[in-house]
Amino acid sequence: MFVPCGSSAPPDFEGFTLLLPAVSVGNVGQLAVDLVIFTLDMPKVGYFYTDCLVPMVGNNPYATAEENSTELSINAEVYSLPSKKLVVLQIRSPFVRNKYRSFCQTLLSWVKSSRCAKVILLSSSHAYQCDDQQLHGTPLRYLLSPAIQKTAGELMQRLNWKEMEKVAAYPGVNDTDMVLRIPGGGITTLLFSESCSNGIQMAVLLKFCSEGDNIPDALALVNYLNEWLQLVKSEQNSAAPATPSQWKIPHSWRLLFGSGLPPALF
Amino acid sequence: MATFFGEVVAAPSRAGVDEEEEVAGEREETPEDREIRRELEKKREVHILWSSKLSASTGSFTDEQFPCSKFILAIGHNSVAFLSSFVLNSGCWEAAGSVKLWNEWCRTSNTTSVLPTDAFCLFYKLISDPTVLLCQCNCYVAEDQQYQWLEKVFGCMREEDLQVTILSTCPLTDYKTPESTLTLPSPFLKALKTKDFKETTCCPLLEQPNIVQGLPAAVLSYCQVWQIPAVLYQCYTDVIKLDTVTIEAFKPVLSSKNLKSLVKDMSKSAEILKKLVTTNEIHNNIYT
Repeated sequence: MFVPCGSSAPPDFEGFTLLLPAVSVGNVGQLAVDLVIFTLDMPKVGYFYTDCLVPMVGNNPYATAEENSTELSINAEVYSLPSKKLVVLQIRSPFVRNKYRSFCQTLLSWVKSSRCAKVILLSSSHAYQCDDQQLHGTPLRYLLSPAIQKTAGELMQRLNWKEMEKVAAYPGVNDTDMVLRIPGGGITTLLFSESCSNGIQMAVLLKFCSEGDNIPDALALVNYLNEWLQLVKSEQNSAAPATPSQWKIPHSWRLLFGSGLPPALF
Repeated sequence: MATFFGEVVAAPSRAGVDEEEEVAGEREETPEDREIRRELEKKREVHILWSSKLSASTGSFTDEQFPCSKFILAIGHNSVAFLSSFVLNSGCWEAAGSVKLWNEWCRTSNTTSVLPTDAFCLFYKLISDPTVLLCQCNCYVAEDQQYQWLEKVFGCMREEDLQVTILSTCPLTDYKTPESTLTLPSPFLKALKTKDFKETTCCPLLEQPNIVQGLPAAVLSYCQVWQIPAVLYQCYTDVIKLDTVTIEAFKPVLSSKNLKSLVKDMSKSAEILKKLVTTNEIHNNIYT
């Protein structure tokens, strides 16, 4: 459930765009969301308190100075920027076993009750599952629920984006039944299909990637998002993607691969 | 993914939903599946038995909330031994309740006279001020049980300017630092506090990118969301078993506002501590 910070009136998200990550391969969606929150300096407006995510706490991952470094952060928090009509849900831990369905239901009912205009889900999928066609060209894909096709479909065509391909339900046996599969995408398929059935305006933006140093993947995904939402101005012209330097890297990304090495090793 | 012994092990998924779960989730749940799931959930339920609320005739506990102004929680055997030696030794406490739970790692014991090697989760209240509650949690509370534990424990409290203090330990290798953890002098204490905790902590705060997980994180998250002043003191140690050096690393916490008034007699602490560690060594020996 959404719990606002402090004792002020709960924020109004009617007409806002809700941006959230799927906990997926390489944590690319979550890294991309970190870049959005930190670059736009979005203030925290509340928590998404749930028993579906593994608990975790830490000090402010977006601290810029001593003063704001001691604000406690939990596993699911909501940030908002009314000037851009943007609300962001950041998810920082995986699901408790067998709780991902319950989380999807809670999330979608919050989307409906807060009357967000549209939902954009940032996700990723295993690069090793790409077929020969997918190995060529861009590794970025999109999906639109029927409810958002009318408003965003044309833009996708103009941006020359590629829609996520469906695959055969029974490969080798029968090529007529085509289904959507996003291996490594976590709850992406479930959230997307539930949104389609419930008339929610949802778009999925995803990147094919592998586990490793996923910072470049996150930058690619956030630039992809920026082509649509124009959150950050591109330096040269509108056709060029925003350079990596325009996205600010949070200090919580330090030591992603562990502590320093013992000198005695060498 | 193959391990050193050659067996194939499925790597944990960063996606949060592993392939097995995804495939299982795709097909409809049958009545048998539902029944199995319900039985498993029932087996993993967390039960709190409050001794002071036991009704004489029915033997069941009431749904009444009790007032609570201080809640001190020790998680893990070193934190538990610290409170036993330095706080509970004063003889001013009485048993207030226990937690009954089962998971793949442990089953809690029901008695109040427990050994350091037993799995238990016991509550004590201060005789002179029953709004002060202390919890010794020496069992593993699984991920799917943490929320239940929280809701059931805090659900029984009627908060009256409630302040929460949590003590826990963590392996030194979990600590992220630009230097190697081998060169760090250990054990050492780090703190995390909620927005509403206004006092100074007894040690430095835990810096990013370090995080805390498990039951300490669940309790601190709850306190942050519901605006309860709370502080967690986490001791980073390179010793896994019960160890006096690790236990004594918590000593600065005794000067904190919440614990200062509860520490009566430190003279017996060293003796109690030695006894606890020796008992633990005897019972941990594979030959006994």
